[in-house]
Amino acid sequence: MHNKTIAQIARDLAAGEYSSVEITQTLLDRIAQLDTTYNSFITVTAEQALAQAKAADALRAAGNAGVWTGVPMAHKDIFCTNGVLTSCGSKMLSNFVAPYDATVVSNFNQAGAVSLGKLNMDEFAMGSSNESSYYGGVKNPWDIDRVPGGSSGGSAAAVAARLVPGATATDTGGSIRQPAAFCGITGLKPTYGRVSRWGMIAFASSLDQGGTMTRTAEDSAMMLNVMASFDPKDSTCVDQDIPDYTATLNNSIEGLTIGLPKEYFRDDLSAEMQQQVRDAIAEFEKMGAKVKEISLPNTHLAIPAYYVVAPAECSANLSRMDGVRFGHRCEDPQDINDLYKRSRGEGFGEEVKRRIMVGAYALSAGFYDAYYKQAQQVRRLIKNDFVEAFKEVDVIMSPTTPSPAFKAGEKTSDPVAMYLEDIFTIALNLAGLPGMSIPCGQVAAEGGQPLPVGLQLIGNYFDEARLLNLGHQFQQATDWHEQAPADLT
Amino acid sequence: MALEQDQVRNIAELARLQIDENQIGEYQQNLTSILDLVDQLSTADTTGVEPMAHPLDAVQRLRADAVTESNQREHFQTIAPATDNGHYLVPRVIE
Repeated sequence: MHNKTIAQIARDLAAGEYSSVEITQTLLDRIAQLDTTYNSFITVTAEQALAQAKAADALRAAGNAGVWTGVPMAHKDIFCTNGVLTSCGSKMLSNFVAPYDATVVSNFNQAGAVSLGKLNMDEFAMGSSNESSYYGGVKNPWDIDRVPGGSSGGSAAAVAARLVPGATATDTGGSIRQPAAFCGITGLKPTYGRVSRWGMIAFASSLDQGGTMTRTAEDSAMMLNVMASFDPKDSTCVDQDIPDYTATLNNSIEGLTIGLPKEYFRDDLSAEMQQQVRDAIAEFEKMGAKVKEISLPNTHLAIPAYYVVAPAECSANLSRMDGVRFGHRCEDPQDINDLYKRSRGEGFGEEVKRRIMVGAYALSAGFYDAYYKQAQQVRRLIKNDFVEAFKEVDVIMSPTTPSPAFKAGEKTSDPVAMYLEDIFTIALNLAGLPGMSIPCGQVAAEGGQPLPVGLQLIGNYFDEARLLNLGHQFQQATDWHEQAPADLT
Repeated sequence: MALEQDQVRNIAELARLQIDENQIGEYQQNLTSILDLVDQLSTADTTGVEPMAHPLDAVQRLRADAVTESNQREHFQTIAPATDNGHYLVPRVIE
């Protein structure tokens, strides 16, 4: 039962194969049995999940069920869930019981979904390995000595381990796509403004976007149908028509042009991984697509620009964590300054403090023009590269990551080494474009165990339907998405 | 660009973050290496390029000046560290 996709579960529930309570209980039991190994959940909401499942079954019996009624899933712990701990992976919010539901959460509730709990993540969404969480690191189900990626490591690991068929996640610099690649699953970051950020704890407001972690593109389309909405409460949400993302999954891709950016296929990358990615692209050629080399000349500036813009925005967003109205407060504050400094000093982890400080520096008097303004200008250059490329091609493809999942502890002593993990994912966040990673192969680690390889697809603005169409067609022709870590099927 | 330890202390103060003296050196090292990474930005020719704050160059949407929210102070204060009579309690601010 745990191997079933969202699409299969929805069909089975409609056909009365089993009840929502049955599948919910099965997954809760599986989580209880396996998640001590992976640590993918921070909070399991067993009672609420069963109550939701019961209500869903009743709704179905009354003839009022929709597609998502009774389907189990889970939320990254960055989405506010009313009455449930919303920690953002941080000590600062380890006592924060959210007093409202994020729009994404209420969208799923209204659709009748059953939420099994809140998933582990890098603290405040800052990280590429899920090692910075206050609640401990998450293990990659393919090899528990390795990281699942981050920041949405819990979401990726839970889906890869078949603890949930789908999970929400967020992506600011690659935090959906990179863990999806490391865990051998499908991760989609929609266009900036497609999914409401209301109730989604802010890291970098001009980059953050909620998205999906699933085992198939079809499931991702089903999740996006629920997540995408125009929300007046999010002033950065775009009022753009929302198609039925499942309706165009089977469109032909004959005549499509795929751009391969030469800056993303570098000599210093693992030859084995590059081959897997090129083989995957050849599959699309078999389906009638054409391939063309393109150039994104400002690619080398993406990481430097991101590591000014994101920390600058995070320093502003995290200033609300002040120990006054919610969250961690230090003991016996002597004065207001002491209250702020010790509450924040104690509540935030090292990486978060580093980024707040980089941001504060970049925005401070005398440095604003050289850093923040320059980064904003470079951002436009990066966006322009993509705009030019999309005049010649319909979609861009590349490896998602420079290597497969690395070992826990390998990159924690050098922040910059960790940052370079996002080298292929980061540019499209700066441009606001949609991106998806799908499993496209495996390489063997030294112990012989297989490690997944991800193919990244980058689309034009609001072209998620095409990305999902491409992912679905690839998954009809190949079976990488059906591979699971040993003993987990 | 290499940071001095005093600059690190100053930034920590601006960001209202308590950093232990024995950690200043480590922060100095890490922040310096991040800023070295970022310094590559200065190689870009950005003359005449409009800064981009929003991926779609959107402008702030406006709405009618009408009341749409209700007062939920009690509900929101259930999770506050310290309150009294509807106020959030903090150490004395004004001397």
